[in-house]
Amino acid sequence: MLAINKKLVRELWHLKGQVASIALVVASGIMSVVTMRGSYDSLVSAQQQYYSESRFADVWAPLVRAPLALVSKLEAIPGVDAVDTRVTFLATLDLDDSGIPAQGRFVSLPEIGHPKLNDIVVREGRYIAVGAPDEVIISENFALARNFVPGDRIKVIINGRSRELDIVGTAISPEHSYAVPPGSLYPEDDRYGILWASREILGPAFDMDGAFNEAFVTLTPDANPAAVIDAIDTILDPYGGLGAYPREDQVSHLILQSELDSNRVTGAIIPLIFLGVAVFLLYLVLGRLISTQRGEIAIMKAFGYSDREVGAHFLMFAVVAVLLGGVIGTIGGLFLGDAYIGVYDQYFDLPGLEYQLTPSLLFFAFSACVLGAIGGAVAAVRRAVLLPPAEAMRPEMPATFKPGPMEQIGLGYLLGATGRMILRNLERKPVQSFFSSLGVALSVAILTIGFFMFDSINYMVDLQFRQIQREDVTLTFREILPDRVRYDLNHLQGVNRVETYRVLPARLRFGHLEKEVVIQGMEPFGRLRRIVNSKGYEIPVPSSGLVISSLLAQRLKVTSGDEVIVEILEGKRNKTQAVITGVIEDFLGLSAYMSIDALWSLSGEPNVVSGAYLAIDGQRVDDLYAELKEVPAVTGVASPATMLESFEEQLARGILIGAGFLLGFACVIAVGVIYNAARISLSERGRELASLRVMGFQRREVAILLLGEQAVITLFAIPLGWLIGYGLCYVITASLQTDIYRIPFIVEPRTYILSAMLIVIAAVASGLVVRRRLDGFALVEVLKTRE
Amino acid sequence: MVNQMLPDKEVILSARKLCKVYLMGEVTVNALKNVDLDLYKGDLTVLLGASGSGKSTLLNIIGGLDVASSGSVFYLDQDLSKLTDRELTNYRRLNVGFVFQFYNLISSLTARENVALVTDISIDPMTPEEALELVGLQGRMDHFPSQLSGGEQQRVAIARAIAKRPKILLCDEPTGALDVKTGKLVLSVLDQVNRQTETTTAIITHNVAIGGMGDVVIRMSSGEVVERIENETRTNVEEIEW
Repeated sequence: MLAINKKLVRELWHLKGQVASIALVVASGIMSVVTMRGSYDSLVSAQQQYYSESRFADVWAPLVRAPLALVSKLEAIPGVDAVDTRVTFLATLDLDDSGIPAQGRFVSLPEIGHPKLNDIVVREGRYIAVGAPDEVIISENFALARNFVPGDRIKVIINGRSRELDIVGTAISPEHSYAVPPGSLYPEDDRYGILWASREILGPAFDMDGAFNEAFVTLTPDANPAAVIDAIDTILDPYGGLGAYPREDQVSHLILQSELDSNRVTGAIIPLIFLGVAVFLLYLVLGRLISTQRGEIAIMKAFGYSDREVGAHFLMFAVVAVLLGGVIGTIGGLFLGDAYIGVYDQYFDLPGLEYQLTPSLLFFAFSACVLGAIGGAVAAVRRAVLLPPAEAMRPEMPATFKPGPMEQIGLGYLLGATGRMILRNLERKPVQSFFSSLGVALSVAILTIGFFMFDSINYMVDLQFRQIQREDVTLTFREILPDRVRYDLNHLQGVNRVETYRVLPARLRFGHLEKEVVIQGMEPFGRLRRIVNSKGYEIPVPSSGLVISSLLAQRLKVTSGDEVIVEILEGKRNKTQAVITGVIEDFLGLSAYMSIDALWSLSGEPNVVSGAYLAIDGQRVDDLYAELKEVPAVTGVASPATMLESFEEQLARGILIGAGFLLGFACVIAVGVIYNAARISLSERGRELASLRVMGFQRREVAILLLGEQAVITLFAIPLGWLIGYGLCYVITASLQTDIYRIPFIVEPRTYILSAMLIVIAAVASGLVVRRRLDGFALVEVLKTRE
Repeated sequence: MVNQMLPDKEVILSARKLCKVYLMGEVTVNALKNVDLDLYKGDLTVLLGASGSGKSTLLNIIGGLDVASSGSVFYLDQDLSKLTDRELTNYRRLNVGFVFQFYNLISSLTARENVALVTDISIDPMTPEEALELVGLQGRMDHFPSQLSGGEQQRVAIARAIAKRPKILLCDEPTGALDVKTGKLVLSVLDQVNRQTETTTAIITHNVAIGGMGDVVIRMSSGEVVERIENETRTNVEEIEW
């Protein structure tokens, strides 16, 4: 081995602490890209593959009942590529337990063969056999939640009649990737399942022989979706068409898409921030590290090594740190990416979903780090090789100092000698000091983002489940019932209060803009369900007119006082006008509220309701559930408490990984910056500090001098980091506006305190490590060497 | 070996049978071999010797920067070899002033502040201004090290060392990095300070000519004291030539 390479190896070992901390920064940057961006890419590719394999429809058209003969008319619409129809119904499942009654959505499969569109993927067991009327395939998540396996039997209540079916398989489908029971906001796999059965069973059972109540089509590439939807609506109108809607409005797709969109923020924006921080740190730290080798560089030149050889030698420090970090980051990223995908896999049923890393992504991350490292190293090496070798043979000139601005304005007198030394060192290299602070500030910002996510979700959960949904039980009726059902419900065991509601699908139109929504008719002075805005204030239900979400107002470009055209998509399909009486900021869905009386007069229907909210006596809840199961009119029973549980469970898994990642990353950066800055200061100023020790300064006093500088940098970084974090949180909030949910921009004081505290802990820990090294200083040696 | 006691002078520092053994890899280096040394109050002692003679090691031990392998060092009646690191720091802080070949000033502090750094932690020190006046730098007090010549920097270092009114002033090759003219200036400052403040002073040098300025000259070679000379009169620094 050449002597110069031995030198490299030994010095790398000697600087192992610094090399390791730089490598860790690189590792975090690369890991964030590999994990987050890699997962996002995998998710998108799995989605596309799944959709194409299952021939996912482009337009859905639910209706009351139409004869199969109508299919040819649909096929004739210009722009329609393929048409398929089916029969689908909600039914109560009798699952022999005392919990909330479970619901099933029956979806028909063709008597022979697979559906033309919206096919299913059988995961276990088999497809239904021809001519076997009692066979059913159930959704996989439901089967897992309820411990059903092929071969089991399931008791269902179809049209009020109990019936037992054979489970022959479990399956998934892109339409039900995300299976949300009616009246709920989140999937509840143990309460809601999809049951695919032959049209032979469902047709007669639901009086749908030779008919269908849902059609869907795929479009040709040149089709105009809006025109096709209009045409479908016109054809289906006489048959009780409930309004065709595009894939963008299909619930499962919508949720998957908004989840993907939100993942794009964490999958694309955040890793780029991380990578940028890592690259910046590499530039900073390697530059300073090599600067401390100035003397050696000159001596090597004096021996006759060329600038190029010297440069290459020192660049190797950068390359080794980056390669080491890159390897750790890639391996770690692959593991973590797998874990990330594991979480998504529980959440979404994307059959082809597996973590795959594209080489181009890895190459990009690596190149960025290598460039940052080499950039910093080259700048430092160049400064060093420009130095004539003779300079290194002389004692180094004292660095140039002058009183800085703080002292010029007279603040210097407040400081002792130690304070002045710290201040002047910072002021002498303002750019370097600022960038060190910026580095630490970025880690504060990253932590702020992490805790902010908790804040905003907590706020949203509290608002939704404690302020808005105050009922204990939400009932959904199989079909509309007269409002007087409230008196019957009042007599059920344990029921303290009943409020009924009416929901009606409708199309709101303003000018050329339109949006399909569900209008919620509410009791004007309801206590269980209220209209609450994002600030938590209750908005009274207006006696007439609509109160809508601000995002819906944006979509329709309406404001308070505007009159919109309301086209009810059910029953008599009245088309009237209504005034927007209020626009509220809210976080979930695109909502439109009305008083229930106003809604009745708008739709022209008698006083009918879709369901009810109940307040119940907690001790008699089991009795009530048992009783409700026997009421055929009730198909859906949801409990906000259960919803909250499932929501929090989903969230906890996803967020824990994310927050853990952010926390780790922020600490690595903070330690990387502070530890390196202190170590470099130590080698730059070793003689100075040793002189102080010789003059009789105690170890503690000298440590204060060295670490005081890092303390100032850290303290300056904290407010700066808060500011950057606040800005980034805002950007994230703004880019996460989907129809399904918005993230409230709430940064709690606790978040600022926690992020500052963690950084201070990281700083103190780095300081203690450096202090130990300072304590081990051999005074005489340091003073004797010339640098 | 010469070991002569002068009864009329107070002994400030006294070393007996000092040995210092370094382990340099697998080689044992005997840097000091049974060295006896007394420094008398107010004396200027010159320790002469070639490089490797052990004079710096001796200085480091009596200055509390290093610990002997065996033997004893008494500062007045305090045994330095029994002190903890913290106590040694206090010994340096209160009693010893150091001047080095490479001035070791704090580059971020002005001349005045460099001196103040020491006076801030001392008991009954001079003011920084007094100390700098003693070394003839009253006009350069607010200059930073980078604005001072080598000789001026060394004078600041001397002012810094004497400002605490140390009992002992230890100078390790104080002229080593200076030209003759500046070197003589620095030596005359040391001479003058020694006379005015009666600070016990020890100067290490390899320069035989400098020996003339001391009350006592101790020659060292290979870790041993080989000669001890008492000068009748101290040569004026102006007359020294090298």
